[in-house]
Amino acid sequence: MSEKTSGPKVHAWLEEFRKYPKNESSVIPLLQLVQEREGYVPAQAVRAIARYTGVREAQVYGVATFYAQFRFQPRGRHLIRLCQGTACHVQGADSILDHLKEKLKVEEGGTTEDGLFTLEVVRCLGCCSLAPVMMIDDTTYGRLTRRAVDKVLAEYRKEGK
Amino acid sequence: MSQVAEVQVGMASCGIAAGAEPVFQFFAQNLAQGKVQVKPVGCLGMCFSEPLVAVVTEDGERFVYGPVDVKKAERILAEHVRGGTPVEDLLAKENGFFTKQVRIVLENCGMIDPTSIDEYIRRGGYEALQKVLREMTPAEVIEEITKSGLRGRGGAGFPTGTKWSFAAKEKDPVKFVVCNGDEGDPGAFMDRSVLEGDPHRVIEGMIIAGYAIGAQEGIVYVRAEYPLAVRRVRQAIAAAEARGFLGRNILGSSFSFRITVKEGAGAFVCGEETALIASVEGKRGMPRRRPPYPAQHGLWGHPTVINNVETLANVPWIIRHGWEAFARYGTEKSKGTKVFALAGKVRHSGLVEIPMGLTLGELVLEVGGGIPGGKAFKAVQIGGPSGGCLPAALAHVPVDYESLKEHGAIMGSGGLIVMDEDTCMVEVARFFLDFTQKESCGKCTFCRVGTKRMLEILSGIVEGKGRPEDLEVLMDLGQKVKTYSLCGLGQTAPNPVLTTLRYFRDEYEAHVREKRCPARVCRALLTYRIEPELCRDCKLCTKACPVGAIVQGAGKFQVIQEEKCIRCGRCREVCPFGAVSVR
Repeated sequence: MSEKTSGPKVHAWLEEFRKYPKNESSVIPLLQLVQEREGYVPAQAVRAIARYTGVREAQVYGVATFYAQFRFQPRGRHLIRLCQGTACHVQGADSILDHLKEKLKVEEGGTTEDGLFTLEVVRCLGCCSLAPVMMIDDTTYGRLTRRAVDKVLAEYRKEGK
Repeated sequence: MSQVAEVQVGMASCGIAAGAEPVFQFFAQNLAQGKVQVKPVGCLGMCFSEPLVAVVTEDGERFVYGPVDVKKAERILAEHVRGGTPVEDLLAKENGFFTKQVRIVLENCGMIDPTSIDEYIRRGGYEALQKVLREMTPAEVIEEITKSGLRGRGGAGFPTGTKWSFAAKEKDPVKFVVCNGDEGDPGAFMDRSVLEGDPHRVIEGMIIAGYAIGAQEGIVYVRAEYPLAVRRVRQAIAAAEARGFLGRNILGSSFSFRITVKEGAGAFVCGEETALIASVEGKRGMPRRRPPYPAQHGLWGHPTVINNVETLANVPWIIRHGWEAFARYGTEKSKGTKVFALAGKVRHSGLVEIPMGLTLGELVLEVGGGIPGGKAFKAVQIGGPSGGCLPAALAHVPVDYESLKEHGAIMGSGGLIVMDEDTCMVEVARFFLDFTQKESCGKCTFCRVGTKRMLEILSGIVEGKGRPEDLEVLMDLGQKVKTYSLCGLGQTAPNPVLTTLRYFRDEYEAHVREKRCPARVCRALLTYRIEPELCRDCKLCTKACPVGAIVQGAGKFQVIQEEKCIRCGRCREVCPFGAVSVR
């Protein structure tokens, strides 16, 4: 790997790290912080977190890969999280997933060619009474049908960014 | 007619998702001047009518409208808020939704602005804390909670007072209180609603727990998927600190307590208390052997009490009203109320709080309003992926810890999914096992490998490759996974499979012997057919078919070529004449 633990981004992160105690308990909050800023956890961030907390790099990887939240590849501009919780499943979320895959031409976890969307499947967004549900970034869309999905995607495409 | 004092808009996550934001903006802009207050409130529970708007008069009378869009909001503004006449035809129809409910945990949810500590205080908030600090010793607090009969609302039902007393006995000067808000069950949103709608209640419960066991620090562990809940809890902590309810020498006493928030990172197993501790410590969230229990040896080795959100939300009420008032509700061994997230094939999906001991039938058919679309009530899945599916024939079973356990389910954290005749129980069992299998942390062999093998068998059955002997293997393996797993995840993961095998054996038999799915859900076992006498030859299906499996028949009708058909059901969805049948 050619990435280093220095560079402008690493400096910016380290600046923010200082709010957290320098020990193991900060590993998850720091991973969350970096992902919040970058959209994913780059390799040099893992190294920076390991150095800051005094935890071995392998162990930081171990933690990061254990939890579903962390991503190691950059993601598209908008993150689509389709709910596959029980209520959504019973209300036909499967066919919404098929439709999204078909429309976006991606598999679960994939990013569209234009880099606009990343499609993820999650278990329960806690809006069960509006099932089936998806979230795009921080906005929740409920009572989805194929047509409703098309409309929402078109809006994001129109904005283009 | 008394004047309108307030307009409240339900702005929990689900309300916002249903479109509450523009409605709120509409009222806020139009009522910016004048005496009528516009405020966001938490979940009102009636998710089936969202977005919800409550118009409150100066006398305290409440009129709840829903579902409300901006157009309806215009009428409510003109006719009710300005004109003084309620708009009868827009009122939310509750049809007995509230009749059998008792609201303890949810008493403020949807009634107050969750960002305002004053509103919480006005409704009796922090009175319990004052009472505890001024009049009660820690031992008396524990005794009060023990007598009330409160048991853990996270699922297992361990007596809360007993748990506290274990931690209180420990001599260690450093102790912790952890609030478990890692609500990972698919189909559950009780904790989210309480944290979003009435966060101070949970904070107050934690401070009281801290006083009772002699802890100085509390941690709220919330799922990162609940950004609004995280925000509300942080606001509430800051507000409580500013008023001296948190921090050094609370209310002039010698007791000091602080609370921080930790966001979970997406692992279902972290709902298990030892896994949660590992996660807070910054490790992979894997459970460990108990004993020692966290009450003796918890976070960083110190005594730690871990209580679920709902458990803690009960505490201030019990202190304020006394243990007798709480114990009046419920059954002999299960006291008080339980909050359920009703969802699935039910008319009134939403957040409900019922006294323990109400029957499953009352819960689904009366509080829940029954099944929509005239379909038959088939089963409830109670307790999430760790729980079980109970058939409609068990509608007389009371909702309490013991009765549910006796029938193979568990109380769980409160997810309750209603299923109708269109739900395939084999497929549902596969769905839950798929979930637990992916969430298994991998530590115990039976949970890691056993659930995987069970899932393969179930997937085979729904794909039409099932063999009759599979059912015995599932039973046997299910029992072993339960027996040889360390934590609650593995010990309960087979429950959905075992209960469906017990109550819906005939459906399994139909799948493996006749290669037939009675609920017509399992795709591989379906045959789609266009009935020539109903077909009008409009060709909508032909256009919709993604694989070109539909062709012109011998006459004015279309025909599905079975060998090409992928059974996606698109033709059936688009047919305006109901000519496509499934078998």
